[in-house]
Amino acid sequence: MASSITAPQNGEAPVFYLRDEHPHPEGHSTPLGFWIYLMSDCLIFAILFAIYGVVGANYAAGPAPKDLFDLPLVALNTAMLLLSSITFGFAMLMMVQKRVAATQIWLAVTALFGLAFLGIELYEFHHLIHMGATPQRSAFLSAFFTLVGTHGLHVTFGLIWLFTLMAQVGKHGLIAANRRRLMCLSMFWHFLDVIWIGVFTFVYLMGMLR
Amino acid sequence: MSSETNVQHQPDYDADAAHGDDEHAHGSFRDYMIGFLLSVVLTAIPFWLVMSGALGSNQLTAFAIMGFAVVQIVVHMVFFLHMNGKSEGGWTMLALVFTLIIVVIVLAGSLWVMYHLNTNMMPPHDMRQVP
Repeated sequence: MASSITAPQNGEAPVFYLRDEHPHPEGHSTPLGFWIYLMSDCLIFAILFAIYGVVGANYAAGPAPKDLFDLPLVALNTAMLLLSSITFGFAMLMMVQKRVAATQIWLAVTALFGLAFLGIELYEFHHLIHMGATPQRSAFLSAFFTLVGTHGLHVTFGLIWLFTLMAQVGKHGLIAANRRRLMCLSMFWHFLDVIWIGVFTFVYLMGMLR
Repeated sequence: MSSETNVQHQPDYDADAAHGDDEHAHGSFRDYMIGFLLSVVLTAIPFWLVMSGALGSNQLTAFAIMGFAVVQIVVHMVFFLHMNGKSEGGWTMLALVFTLIIVVIVLAGSLWVMYHLNTNMMPPHDMRQVP
C-alpha cells in the first residue's frame, strides 16, 4: 500500500489506486460460491463412501457384490453419464457463441443421456429389490443403496434443473443470468460424473474383486 | 466494467481476471474432446481389467483400478471443470485442496479406526445347528 502514496518519480503522472471495495457486477461471485457448494456436496459423498468402505463387506449372510452386480450394465451406465458430460460441454461451447438453438439441442441430448442413466439405474435397483437384495437385507446393501441412491438423486435434481433452464433459455434466450445458471449446472453435472468415477471404481469394480 | 477503466485497481486485484459474466473459463472444443477420449480410455481399461482378470491377482487389480480412478478424476477436473490455479484468483483451487484434505481424513480415518470392527464380535451363529 505504501506505493500508492509515494510521489511519482522522474516526472511520471501520478497513479491513484482505488482503496475501497469497488462494486461488483451481479453474479460476479456465483461461480466461486457454487464451487464451494460443490465441495460441501463432495463431503457428503466422502462420508457415504466412508460408510460403504467400513460396512461394505458385512453381508449378514446375504448376497455379496459378486452375486448382484452386472458389470456390462454398469459399463453402459458409465458410458451414458460420460456421454452426457461431453454433450453438456458442447452445449456450453454453443452457449459461449450465443447460438440458442444449438445450445438447446445439446442440452436436450444431455437430458436424454441423463434420463438413460437414471432409467438403467432404476432398472438395476428394481432388479436387486426383486431378488430380495433390499436396503434392509444387510449393512452392505444399506450402504450401497444410500451411496448410489444419493448419486442418482443428484442426477434427478440435475435433470429437473436442466429442464428448468431449457425452459428459461427458450423464454428469455441466452441472457447473462441464464448463461451464469447454465455454467453452474455444467459444473454440477461434471461434478456428478466425477463422483460416479468413485462409485463405479469403489462400489462396482472393487466389489467384484472381493 | 466500463466505469472502472479510468481508475487503476490495486495491483493484487488485477490478478483475479476480468469482471463481467463470461470471465469463467469455458474450455475449448479441443479440451472437451481430449478430456472425453482420455475418460473413455481410463474407464474402459479398469472395466476390462476386472472383467477379464488380466492381472491375475485381485489386490494388484484393485490398486490398478484405484490408480486409473485418480487419474480420471484429475482429467475430469482439468478438462471438464476447467480447474487451474488461477480461476477466481486461486480460491477455487484453495477450496478444492481444503476439501481434499477433509476427504482424505474422513476416508482414511474411518477405514483405519473401523478396521477391527468385527474382531471382537461374537462368532456368527451357525443356524444349521439349531434344532
